[in-house]
Amino acid sequence: MEGATAGGTGVSALLKRFDYQKYSSFIALIVLFAISAALSPFFLRPGNLVNILTQVSYTAMIGLGQAFVIITAGIDLSVGSLVAFNSTVGLILLNAVMSGNGGEGLALVVGIGATLAIGFVSGLFNGFLVTRGKLAPFIVTLGTMAVFRSLALFIGDAGEITSQSQTFAAIGLANILIFPVPVWVMLLLAAVMDIILNRTRYGRYLSAVGSNSRVALFAAINVNRVKLVAYTITGVIVSISAILLATRFNAVSTSNTGVGYELDSIAAVIIGGTPITGGRGSIWGTIVGAIVLGIINNMLNLLSVSPYLQGTVKGLVIIGAVYIQRQRA
Amino acid sequence: MSGVLLSTVGIGKEFSSVPVLANVTIEILSGEILGIIGENGAGKSTLMKILSGVYTPSSGSLFFEGKPVVINEPLDAKRLGISLIPQEFNLIKELTVYDNVFLGSELRARGGLLDTRAMKRRTTELLAELGVEIPPEEKIENLSTAQKQMVEICKAVSLEAKLLIMDEPTTVLTPYEIDILFKLMRRLKASGTTIIYISHKLKEVKAICDRVMILRDGELVDTRPIADITITEMAQRMVGRELSQVFPEKNPPEAEVVIEVRGLTVPGLIEDISFQVRRGEILGLAGLVGAGRTEVAETIMGIRKRTSGEILLHGKPARIANPRDAVRSSINYLSEDRQGTGILTSFSVVQNATLVSLESYCRSILDLIDRRAEREATLGHMKRFSIKARSLETRLEFLSGGNQQKVSLAKTIDPGPSVLIADEPTRGVDVSAKQEIYRLLSALAREGLACILISSEQEEIIGMCNRVIVMKEGRAMGTLEGAGINEEEIMFLATGAGEGVR
Repeated sequence: MEGATAGGTGVSALLKRFDYQKYSSFIALIVLFAISAALSPFFLRPGNLVNILTQVSYTAMIGLGQAFVIITAGIDLSVGSLVAFNSTVGLILLNAVMSGNGGEGLALVVGIGATLAIGFVSGLFNGFLVTRGKLAPFIVTLGTMAVFRSLALFIGDAGEITSQSQTFAAIGLANILIFPVPVWVMLLLAAVMDIILNRTRYGRYLSAVGSNSRVALFAAINVNRVKLVAYTITGVIVSISAILLATRFNAVSTSNTGVGYELDSIAAVIIGGTPITGGRGSIWGTIVGAIVLGIINNMLNLLSVSPYLQGTVKGLVIIGAVYIQRQRA
Repeated sequence: MSGVLLSTVGIGKEFSSVPVLANVTIEILSGEILGIIGENGAGKSTLMKILSGVYTPSSGSLFFEGKPVVINEPLDAKRLGISLIPQEFNLIKELTVYDNVFLGSELRARGGLLDTRAMKRRTTELLAELGVEIPPEEKIENLSTAQKQMVEICKAVSLEAKLLIMDEPTTVLTPYEIDILFKLMRRLKASGTTIIYISHKLKEVKAICDRVMILRDGELVDTRPIADITITEMAQRMVGRELSQVFPEKNPPEAEVVIEVRGLTVPGLIEDISFQVRRGEILGLAGLVGAGRTEVAETIMGIRKRTSGEILLHGKPARIANPRDAVRSSINYLSEDRQGTGILTSFSVVQNATLVSLESYCRSILDLIDRRAEREATLGHMKRFSIKARSLETRLEFLSGGNQQKVSLAKTIDPGPSVLIADEPTRGVDVSAKQEIYRLLSALAREGLACILISSEQEEIIGMCNRVIVMKEGRAMGTLEGAGINEEEIMFLATGAGEGVR
């Protein structure tokens, strides 16, 4: 269509017009995959690949919410602490119902329900402060990051809480076809979020608000509600991730669970091609970004590089990804 | 006038193999004011960006003072003494006048600290030379648009620019301010500065320039001494065809009042503004820049909070607290600030065109966007407005200013409003696009739209409006109708020349 009008010079013109920026994260993934396969014979084993996907699924999910927030030109630093906070409350309630002879079924409903509810309210709270309070998202979520972690430590007595329900643990360890539950949840959420972003009115408004909120306001868009919804969605997704993470170990550590998730989720979004300044973004890119980080970790493990150096590599990859985006923009 | 200051030989520029400038050979004479005119997308801005180092040409060569030069970046141009004063000013609003004048070439005292005293003194001297009264310690944000422009010029003069390129300098100025600018330009010329003057306003080109160059579709079509060409000829050479009458015939409005505003007041901005607009009527809001016209529009749209006054639609009070309410009440606003509040440059043509009316393209409870309907509607607008874009998916940042403006207008009328407030609808738009916009507004009025037209261009107000309210300092100074709508009356009211007399 467009190629014809430009007076096609064949393949070279086509290559010129190819949107590298849009697919750069996919290209990076393929390259990284090939290098990893060449470096280690263990890498391509199905068990290892499934393992990588499972490991990244928790932060990848959160990355999807994070992507929405970043598209509005915001940021959510509180996600890691929120994982610990709402799963702590969830597990305490679950155990309380179990020991109060409430039955396992009820306990699961209460525990999971409470976790989701807290995620919803916490996200709403972040969004409320950003929109009504007119505070910078960075400041708001830096504050709530400290608040959520401290509440988790306080409620859980800074210790570890183990769930008394065996069924709870079964959820997280179950496999459907070849993948464990969290991987399926990640894929499902990504599919839904991708449709919301690219096909619905809300998705269009999300980009409009991030691109220029004054224009959005003049175009009769409810800018505050668009932002509020983005933070709330993030809160709920954080809860889903928190539940799945808690089922994996059948426990939550108030001090360790979710530490660094804010950085991992933001990194996945950025590597996936969403500019930190917002205005547009990619959902599947975010998933790819998370997987790229996962493969790097996996490779460093397989090559027995010190785990202390993994942060260095991750950090450099993030900086590199943004650098490349800058060049293309 | 002696000798050639700058010349180009066969300059061309392509963007992803699309030529926007082809084989342009020009000579700019030392000490002249050279007008460059052409339609949007004719290549004026591209040529100027090449001369000032923003773009590098794909072909051809440049000679400055007879020597071949390569201008790869703005710094190269600066060293040669070429300064560009862009349409959007490059001033830092939190800093003072003298800070801005010396931005990037600050004077230092011993020890590396800024020598504020010297900078202030030099700025005062420069401003005095230019004959402008602006206190050097004033912050840029407190200056009027015209004053900001003077600061830009002062900045260029401080660099001892030999060639000053002015891109559409008068679009944001009032007639009085334009006079001051022209005096300043003549003074600069007398002191040996060469000026390239780019404008859509042919009358001004005729008034100030020594020669004029005409670009069309990326090629130089004519160069002539200004005395040898009439304004009509200029317009014809630009467009490449005969131009018919600029303004369409005015339609008589119908009896039904669509919108009525009573006693609209926003403290410090507008006071007690009342008017009615009928079906098919175009009501003009005239006045100098800063008279409060845009504020009236923003108050009606619910962007500014009014302390008193009411808005009635079809005789019934309308509750408007934000732009959403206004759009729901079928009032739409084409803002004067295209980049700041009008369009999303990172969005495509389609996405911009349907931004306000998106709800009507959504299906099912999931709010899925019906992309085909969206594309069809946009295609209709593209035809109606003759928007030039590669495709519906082209992002607005790749469109020329005139085409961006047309998309902005498409966005505003796509919801099918019954009231349209068009704020400077033809700002930065070329002659033929202007005509198209006039025809379109007129056609919409004939279909029953009530239109409020805000414009700083007298001709536009005179040519388009059924009735005109002239504003000054937030107040309505008077209403003109029929033959009473003429330049003298408007200026009389707008400048307050009649105050105290009547």
